[in-house]
Amino acid sequence: MSETFTKPVPHPTPDTQPYWDGLARGEFLIQRCKDCGKLRHYPRPVCDGCWSMAHDWAPASGRATVQSWTVCHHPFHIGFKAESPYVLLTVDLAEGVRAMGQLRDMDPAGLRLGLAMELGFERTAEGPVLPVFRPARQ
Amino acid sequence: MSLFEKAAITGIGETAHGRGLQHGSALSLQMQAALAAIADAGLSPRDIDGVIPVATGAAVAEDFITNFGIPDLRFSATTPMGGASCVAAIQAAAAAIAAGICRHVLLPIGRTGYSGTRIGARVHEMPQFRTIGEFELPLGNIAPAQIYAPMARRHMELYGTTSRQLAEIAVTTRQHAILNGNAAMTKPLTIEDHQASRMIADPFHLFDCSLESDGGAAVVVSSAAAARDLRQPRVLVMGVAEGHPDSPSVITQRPDILKIGLAKAAPRVFAMAGVKPADIQVAEIYDCFTYVVLRQLEEIGFCAQGEGGAFVENGALALGGRLPVNTHGGLLSQAHLAGMNHIVELVRQLRGQGGAAQVAGATIGLVTGYGDMGDGSIAIMRRG
Repeated sequence: MSETFTKPVPHPTPDTQPYWDGLARGEFLIQRCKDCGKLRHYPRPVCDGCWSMAHDWAPASGRATVQSWTVCHHPFHIGFKAESPYVLLTVDLAEGVRAMGQLRDMDPAGLRLGLAMELGFERTAEGPVLPVFRPARQ
Repeated sequence: MSLFEKAAITGIGETAHGRGLQHGSALSLQMQAALAAIADAGLSPRDIDGVIPVATGAAVAEDFITNFGIPDLRFSATTPMGGASCVAAIQAAAAAIAAGICRHVLLPIGRTGYSGTRIGARVHEMPQFRTIGEFELPLGNIAPAQIYAPMARRHMELYGTTSRQLAEIAVTTRQHAILNGNAAMTKPLTIEDHQASRMIADPFHLFDCSLESDGGAAVVVSSAAAARDLRQPRVLVMGVAEGHPDSPSVITQRPDILKIGLAKAAPRVFAMAGVKPADIQVAEIYDCFTYVVLRQLEEIGFCAQGEGGAFVENGALALGGRLPVNTHGGLLSQAHLAGMNHIVELVRQLRGQGGAAQVAGATIGLVTGYGDMGDGSIAIMRRG
């Protein structure tokens, strides 16, 4: 019998709730400025291009390329101990914003900058749906 | 108006460093260091008329101000830049002094990073990490080692930087800590020891990471005129600046994850001081991770972008090397006091009080700060 430890869960704000609601439906939503059209992520109240606070949301295509990564060996939170080492991947989404998620279905030794990846979704035991990335299918 | 030589560092103080040597709260460690710095300057606490407490973790600014017993405080501020706060506070202090608001500004820090809340728990308790806390902590991005590692990995992939080059920084810093006489880490370290140390967050081994420390450090920033009459050789602030990266909410979201705030601050500080990187004889570079030292050396202009790895090889950062760096042992091997200890050490060097780690004939040097959001701060000082 093994003990289980709960992972930290997100605490959405009114500014960010639509992003989490999107993930729960299997959609990755990017905030879009209603005035200048600039996309921004993570969600925040104001556009850093034109300072408009008006925004809507656009779904990501799921296409991504590798920006960087780290293989996490030391579990700084006990909730991650069982799955260590795990890979945190930072990607550039095709839409031009950055995203982070754990790597799936690939040995990190094969990672390279610019490698094509695709977005997936995983429901965690704690409830929230989180983005993950795996190598793009040809 | 420029802040060129408007202010001087007149007092420095530190507690003992090393695990188990300190007793008390972050506040009491902060006050112990503050009293030492004030005494070093030959001042009394009643002479202090400005204070910028560096509040990290348990110690908040208000707690210091209301408990230290300053009879006529005329200026107070905080600099919300994490590890860049201490050097940025020199800029705020010098500006207040140049404006005639106050004459002697105290910059104290106290931390219980070892006996208090440890780094893995601390980060997501801090409101400034709210964005990481909501979006990246649930993915497993928890501690600075993990948050910073992708910057180092990208630098390696783009420029061929190696873990052995990062090890050079850890090894040199340890050599300096051993000479210090007041450092937590005193066992010699080799590149092979570094390479054999356990992986924390690839590419960071254990010895790429800074310490978690209990302790305090403080400096007194005075008007350049008032500094003439004080106890210690005068160390003038020739230039000081802060800089923030583009879109600094979190590292992953910066347009260029390698670009740091120091890139904006460095040209400003050299212009203010009227010197070039080649004029710098000793540099105390914020070293939360080995990679962060390497990257700052590039952004300051000691070498070209991407050439930091080659620059640090063959003991270049050691005493007698091309640029002695972190002559006190830094955050990697002396103590993690958010870089206040880097300011203390630069002043010690420029006074000629560096002891076994003294850079011979050092009269001009620089110190940097680096915050978790990529914020940077930098000051150039000279003996005068």
